[in-house]
Amino acid sequence: MQSRSEQHHGERDTEQTLGASPAVKRRVVRMWTEAGIAAIKALPVILMVFSLAGILGWVERKGSALIQDRIGANRASIFGFAGAGLVNTLFADPLKFLTKEDIIPLRADRLLHTLAPCVSLFPVLVTFAVIPFGDVLQVGGRTINLQVAPLGIGVLYVLAMASLAVYGVVLGGWASNDRFSLMGSIRGSAQMVSYEIGMGLSLVSMVMTYGSLDLQEMVRAQGALIGGWIPAWGILYQPVAFLLFLCAGIAESKRVPFDLPEAESELVSGYFTEYSGIKHLMFFMTDFVEVTVVAALVTTIFFGGWQLPYLGRDGFHFPWGASLMLPQVIVAVLQVLTFMAKVFFFCCFQILIRWSLPRFRYDQVMRLGWKGLLPIALLNVLATAVIVLAFQG
Amino acid sequence: MGPILFCVFAVLLISSALGVIVNRSPVRSALSLVVTLFLLAVIFLFLDAQLVAALQVVVYAGAIMVLFLFVIMLLNVQEDRQIMTRLGMRAGAAIIGALFLLGAIRLLIHAPSAAGGGMTGATPAGFGSTERLAEVLFTRYLLPFEVTSVLLLVAIIGAVVLAKRSLE
Repeated sequence: MQSRSEQHHGERDTEQTLGASPAVKRRVVRMWTEAGIAAIKALPVILMVFSLAGILGWVERKGSALIQDRIGANRASIFGFAGAGLVNTLFADPLKFLTKEDIIPLRADRLLHTLAPCVSLFPVLVTFAVIPFGDVLQVGGRTINLQVAPLGIGVLYVLAMASLAVYGVVLGGWASNDRFSLMGSIRGSAQMVSYEIGMGLSLVSMVMTYGSLDLQEMVRAQGALIGGWIPAWGILYQPVAFLLFLCAGIAESKRVPFDLPEAESELVSGYFTEYSGIKHLMFFMTDFVEVTVVAALVTTIFFGGWQLPYLGRDGFHFPWGASLMLPQVIVAVLQVLTFMAKVFFFCCFQILIRWSLPRFRYDQVMRLGWKGLLPIALLNVLATAVIVLAFQG
Repeated sequence: MGPILFCVFAVLLISSALGVIVNRSPVRSALSLVVTLFLLAVIFLFLDAQLVAALQVVVYAGAIMVLFLFVIMLLNVQEDRQIMTRLGMRAGAAIIGALFLLGAIRLLIHAPSAAGGGMTGATPAGFGSTERLAEVLFTRYLLPFEVTSVLLLVAIIGAVVLAKRSLE
């Protein structure tokens, strides 16, 4: 008995010295599989975000022309197809930016000047890691959560990245050694710090409503039906928080009516006046990626994320009793498409706002942030707390 | 995988912390501090403290350091302006620094035996999660928590009063 166990023990030792213990091997294989799945999930998300940023560039040009009664970008047409302007913004424009000369002003901080565009783009891009773009996908007995990083602290992660986004503005303005840039970055940092508070507090009331910080949990909770037929989307519970979040989100992305950091009529181009070539493109991209982030967050938190009304995991279940069974893959595809359509709608909505409103004055921006959004958000948190407690007790 | 990643981030953390005191430019020093605080949040992640890591980034790297940079940029502090010129100040800083170093070394030598295996024990399920932390914070440490928030409120009101007085 004893000798057998010793013998067994000896076997395991030799296996370990050879570095081929099956348990360890299995763990390594599983780790690499998980890492591979994460990479495969991250790639299309990044590609989608980049191409959406390009498409939005075209939508903005054409949309602004429509709003201002102009024809707009009409120079690009391939074989009489006027929509070729899209090809232009997706491929020709980036190519042009890439081949332009990169100018660093004299006496500028060379390292920080180069670092600033990266610091500006990075936090906005990584925010997409926690945004769920679908429920689950079942492939070969494996259930894949359609979210790049399922973090328990999702909302806090979003806030953390939003708070880091300000450094791109600060660095870009300071490192350029230019008065317009510095003015722009001082305005930008003051504005972003102010509106972060309103944004955070509007999210606090949403966290209280759902009882979770996890964005995927929030979307799942919105799959319920009120009275059997109205989808229980966040906006129905928290319309005030939605308005606060949208307002703060647009202010964070520094677009009209909150575009004081780059106000063209006063500051040339604000904090990125002294940027050219690829670095300018990166600041430009940040703008559109931020629009996409705000749209994705509004969709996820207030408009049911990937939830298509009456679509369950196995198909449609309509309130009038009819149901339509669908394979799991088709359900997942429908969910992802729903999410993308909603995000695109809110991107266009932001572009509409951008071309409909004039720019605020600086004191108006500050007054709105501190005397408007902050008290309303605090009252909203208080009211939410009272209602949540009343329903619990 | 874990220990290797920890070493990488620890080395990065220490070098960026050194950058805070070695850089001559105040802006670069402040930026090194931002990187240090961010990497500290990464170290918190290794300790299963997700919530603390997120709050570290939101509060320190994202809010407080922005105000630091804001002030440095507004005052336009130059590189050549030495802040600590007097010998007494330097000596005082050196003594305080040495005391901290001694404390850290002492802790490093004595802690594992004094902690009574607390460092090696497995963490309970849900350790460091928001739910667990909130539970402890709102039951066992409710009074200190509330007193701290009152203290912060007093500080805010004090700041507003002082700023208003200088305006009038």
